[in-house]
Amino acid sequence: MAKEFIKGNYAVVKAAILAGAETYFGYPITPASEIAEGSAFYFPKTGRTFLQAESEVASINMLYGAGGAGVRTLTASSSPGISLMQEGISYSVGSEVPCLIVNVNRGGPGLGNIAPEQSDYNQSTKGGGHGSYHLIVLAPNSAQEMCDFTIKGFELADRYRTPVLLLTDAFIGQMMEPVEFPEPISKQDLPSKPWATLGNPQTKKSIINSIYLEPAEMEQHIIRLEKKMDEVKQKEVLFEEYLIEDAEIITVGYGIISRVLKNVVEDLRAKGIKVGLLRPQTLWPFPEKRLAQLAEKVNKFLVVEMSNGQMINDVKLATNCKPEIYFYNRMGGVVPTADEIIHKIENIMGGNNG
Amino acid sequence: MPEETELTYPRVEVDFDLCKGCGLCIVTCPVKCLEISPELNKKSYHPARYKGTGCTGCGLCFYTCPEPGAITVFPKDYKPEE
Amino acid sequence: MGKLLQKPKSFYNEFFRSPSPDKLSTHYCPGCGHGVIHKYVAEAMDDFGIADNTIWISPVGCSVFGYYYFDCGHQQVPHGRAPAVATGVKRSHPEAIVISYQGDGDLAAIGGNNIIQAANRGENITVIFVNNSIYGMTGGQMAPTTLVGQTTTTSPYGRNPANEGYPMRMAELIAQLEAPVYVERVALNNAQNRNKTRKAIRKALKIQIDKKGFSLVEILSQCPSGWKVSPVDSLKWMEENQMPYFPLGVFKDVVEQRNPLETKPRIWDKDTIIKMLDLDRQVKEYAKPNPTKDIYEQPKIKVAGFGGQGILMLGVLLSEAAMLNGKQVTWIPSYGPEMRGGTANCQVVIRNNKVGNPSVDKPTILIAMNQPSLDRFEKDVIPGGLIVINETLVTSGVTRDDVDVLAHPFSDIADKQLGTVKVQNSLILGALIKHTNMLDQQAIFDALPAHIKKIDLIPLNKKAIELGFSLG
Repeated sequence: MAKEFIKGNYAVVKAAILAGAETYFGYPITPASEIAEGSAFYFPKTGRTFLQAESEVASINMLYGAGGAGVRTLTASSSPGISLMQEGISYSVGSEVPCLIVNVNRGGPGLGNIAPEQSDYNQSTKGGGHGSYHLIVLAPNSAQEMCDFTIKGFELADRYRTPVLLLTDAFIGQMMEPVEFPEPISKQDLPSKPWATLGNPQTKKSIINSIYLEPAEMEQHIIRLEKKMDEVKQKEVLFEEYLIEDAEIITVGYGIISRVLKNVVEDLRAKGIKVGLLRPQTLWPFPEKRLAQLAEKVNKFLVVEMSNGQMINDVKLATNCKPEIYFYNRMGGVVPTADEIIHKIENIMGGNNG
Repeated sequence: MPEETELTYPRVEVDFDLCKGCGLCIVTCPVKCLEISPELNKKSYHPARYKGTGCTGCGLCFYTCPEPGAITVFPKDYKPEE
Repeated sequence: MGKLLQKPKSFYNEFFRSPSPDKLSTHYCPGCGHGVIHKYVAEAMDDFGIADNTIWISPVGCSVFGYYYFDCGHQQVPHGRAPAVATGVKRSHPEAIVISYQGDGDLAAIGGNNIIQAANRGENITVIFVNNSIYGMTGGQMAPTTLVGQTTTTSPYGRNPANEGYPMRMAELIAQLEAPVYVERVALNNAQNRNKTRKAIRKALKIQIDKKGFSLVEILSQCPSGWKVSPVDSLKWMEENQMPYFPLGVFKDVVEQRNPLETKPRIWDKDTIIKMLDLDRQVKEYAKPNPTKDIYEQPKIKVAGFGGQGILMLGVLLSEAAMLNGKQVTWIPSYGPEMRGGTANCQVVIRNNKVGNPSVDKPTILIAMNQPSLDRFEKDVIPGGLIVINETLVTSGVTRDDVDVLAHPFSDIADKQLGTVKVQNSLILGALIKHTNMLDQQAIFDALPAHIKKIDLIPLNKKAIELGFSLG
């Protein structure tokens, strides 16, 4: 297929249909509305269901119903809407319902603004709703990855019977780039789901449920969920490295920040400062093993975030605080420029402690 | 339950241990052929029981009983399977 | 032979999921209305032969354990969300029978909007609404249907309308909506009304089987434990307290007037999907561009002006053409303080390899469509870069002498020579391409159909680009 020049948000829509998604439920919110609008346009054209729900609370529960009924299903929202979904997300984890949730992170807390932030990192990676759990969190940094991670998100959701969160931001969602879309999946290549309620005699014993009244049974259930997630940790960590081999300082950033950092690395290397970049593509599971390895040979890290400092705690944990860990951030929708970060690194390398 | 050698139809049967003794069937029965048993069942309820005669097979007790399996009503022309 | 009245087959033979020792009795209190209603639904499922295709939605409340009893598929769901979950299930499997079984706290309080919206969409589901005027499972707290003066653990002095309002008549409320097909309130107080309840449940299920749409049966149901009366007295309590406030009857029935709902089949054919997603464009080869300056090989471009001047589209068309011409490219709309005040800008980065930072702080090329844009961004342009100026709206001229300038009254030219100022962006695009030769001219023309949705505007934009070539 020819490449298409397309917004990240629209890439999600086409990728979802190519991945076999049959239903979209969502409530409009800037800057995620293009995903609802694109779905409203393309889902009916392909005989699929688009439904504008009455709220994000309803959306996520419609996902619960559809995911539990064995079809690939997704919703998209932005920070305040994702907060509203936390109850249903927790239920989906507890009942092991696969589904894909896209969060186009905007400025917060509260109504905040519609500009890009990464301030939902903690909510995304630490659970977010009630109960002991983690979501699988994918963090694309391009329109192409908005497509690829949408497809991957459905695969992971089905493989581990768990909700997957695609955490992106207003910048990546609004940006247009060439995207190469894959062929559509055929119906017979979709995983079979004998556990789901398909409304047929074969699955009439299926039950989607998260109640375990007996404490010991509940504990066993949580342990089983945790084991699943241990496997995710073993097998599904994704990250990208750039010029890390001889780096004297490693920058860590995801999403749009990683794009800025790539330029920072190039510009500083042109000036003779050996900078590398590690970009987590999965925020949970976090590339903690790789960070631990790197911390053995590199003693300066700079974490750059568009939040008050959330991922930095995971970097500190992963590296056991062995290296010097510096931090640079902007918030409220301000995207740091390459120059600001270059200045920060020059200060660090010049011994000015940032 | 009164001893019986031959079952006659229509008739109502109340499962001794499934009945929770709520008494709704007793007040509903138009011919008052049900009563509370003096004995306690294993759930410690006094269950309802058939007096042994008088059932017309109308089924009103069945449709007022909240326990799915507690009451069975056999119609007049019921033929027990061998 | 007359009908043998026994446990319906749609119940499990043994309630294997139940923790009760005998696996045969329910978890409900003696005399509870839930068991009665369960029996009626199970009997109807037997008679219609639908258990194999039924998906039961269990709420939070006493009937949370619906999955102990019914031999069908089950989803246990968050408090109040049964209609939303039922929607998700039904939209996924329109052939399945979906039963949303809800209590009064679930349906009328926490899930109030969910039931109204599902009803208003006319979801083809059956809602069994059990109204016992109390929160049973959590130990007898006040429900939205608790009666005025009724004491509960959270209305210990009796429900006071001045404090917590009046009991909600949900059947009447739902019946006001256009979409629902059938709404009735029934009661379990006596044999006659129980028979009506059985019939109402059957009718509601039949409506779903016939794909006629949304139905709701509200059932006044006894809660002897919550009402603190004996099971036998609970029927009298219902008659004296619930029934005067909640009148029985059919509040809506338009079954005969409604046609069966139609559902479109999913499309799985690969070629059709690709076509429907507009992904069926052919790949074309273009000439390798030969830029007039080295810096135009991998330029960073900022396009700025008023909203409505076609700024974003100019950037998109340029980017699309760059992609067609084999380049890597990013386009972003303006974010940050410059969004305010009605000005807009977009930033385009064209590279031979993957683009890093898509933000353009130091443009190679600035297209200033109005005076504020030039004032704001002139200083950022790299030395040797290019500033394209729309002289119609920019009067001051460029102050720097280390940049190239391409200036024309583009708005005027578009207005006078092309008949509309709306194509000023394509005019500028043409001039820019000609001046820099950064892309194959054919790629620019081929970029138009992907982004100009009104097909009849494409020829005019082509004309504008051609005229632009003469200005470059």
